[in-house]
Amino acid sequence: MEPTAVEELSYEQAFAELEEIVRLLETDSKTLEESLALFERGQALARRCAQLLEQAELRIRQLTGEDLTYEDED
Amino acid sequence: MEQRSFLPYLRTISLRVSDLTLYLRQVLESDLLLQDVWVQGEISNLSRPSSGHIYFTLKDEGASLRCVIWRSTAQRLRGNLQNGMAVEAHGRISIYERDGQYQLYVDSMRLTGEGWLYQEFLRLKARLEQEGLFDPERKRPLPPHPKVVGIVTSPTGAALQDMLNILRDRYPLCEVIVAPAQVQGDNAPLTITAALRAVCRQNPDVVILARGGGSLEDLWAFNDERVVRAIAECPIPVVTGIGHETDFTLSDFAADLRAPTPTGAAVAVSPDRDDLRRELSGTIDALAAAFGSRLDQLTGDLDEATYRLDHLSPLRRVENDRQRLDDLVERAKRAQKHILALRQARSQALAGRWAALNPLAVLQRGYAVVTDTAGRVLHSSAGLQAGQDVHVRLAEGAFDAQVTAAHPDQPHP
Repeated sequence: MEPTAVEELSYEQAFAELEEIVRLLETDSKTLEESLALFERGQALARRCAQLLEQAELRIRQLTGEDLTYEDED
Repeated sequence: MEQRSFLPYLRTISLRVSDLTLYLRQVLESDLLLQDVWVQGEISNLSRPSSGHIYFTLKDEGASLRCVIWRSTAQRLRGNLQNGMAVEAHGRISIYERDGQYQLYVDSMRLTGEGWLYQEFLRLKARLEQEGLFDPERKRPLPPHPKVVGIVTSPTGAALQDMLNILRDRYPLCEVIVAPAQVQGDNAPLTITAALRAVCRQNPDVVILARGGGSLEDLWAFNDERVVRAIAECPIPVVTGIGHETDFTLSDFAADLRAPTPTGAAVAVSPDRDDLRRELSGTIDALAAAFGSRLDQLTGDLDEATYRLDHLSPLRRVENDRQRLDDLVERAKRAQKHILALRQARSQALAGRWAALNPLAVLQRGYAVVTDTAGRVLHSSAGLQAGQDVHVRLAEGAFDAQVTAAHPDQPHP
């Protein structure tokens, strides 16, 4: 399975995958190259999380007339 | 009060009833006390015809007084009048000429003793409590990392800006959907319930219902039964932040969580970025530790192989190579220590960690990782062809190379 580019992951997704990688490294006996690949992926995910955490800008949207109906609904 | 003694002058005059009544009315209406008076008593004979006016009698042990509240005033009065209520009514005394009845034209009222609104508040609270709207089992947990936060509040209030500032600071990763509503006045309950429903259609993870501080009357919309029910029926967890710490509204009781203020509500729905930093930092530590212990295992395997090679091989020429192997094992262990030391010494800042945590720290010692064009690490020169392209990764950078000759028979170090 081709992993998603880290740039496309949300914080939650990246963090969840990072935790999964830690679990894999802790429990499975991977070969050196597999461990290395996992570690590098983990680093990329951690970097993505840190970047999102430091650079995120709050997005704000206000509902307008068509989203709001004031008729008396029961 | 000045005594009016007009009757002697009228004794000989015969008046029509209308004229006398009109005269009496003018007398009453010219009296300043009677035009601006509070009267205490108990409500009885309460009548609320469809005209919207309210009629009742104010009584005490010794007397009674007819009272009228015109519809326009009645609409402004909050709460339900009930027979037996002890009240103070304010207004002016005049005469209803047709019945020859003097009465109090009420323009405002208050409960004697407890506040009027409070009495109403308690009555509705008891009723909704009975229905189970405030049951603790109904309270839902808030999502730990909400992606979308809905906010129902006045779009112009300071409360909204306060909340946005908090979210910006603590948790800028989320999206905010603002559903504007009037938070006081007669239309407030209707616009609040509509905004709640509208924001829920956007499927946020959590909803904040908020209003800045104000008087009990200002906050009254949040005690409106329609608003309270809309909160209880909301499919998404609701956090209220209404007024100040000391204000409790029925909306607060129906909400999944009551925060003391709008700012408090924004804090309640958002994880703190500092906590997230710590959480991430801990996970990075765990990653480095897991990788480090895997390296340990691999080094151990290498040790074992060396030992076996040393004892099993009849070829003494490995002696030479063994020294190299020892050296390699030593370096691997040092690399391992290096990683551990770095992990312990890491600073608070996340930035700058990445280089230090380079998994290829072993490479810093001068080793290279060689991969084929498919990215597989090459462990053996068996199978390599002269002229084949390979990729060599160094501690810093990498380069592509071509095999000039393969020596698969060369003894393993």
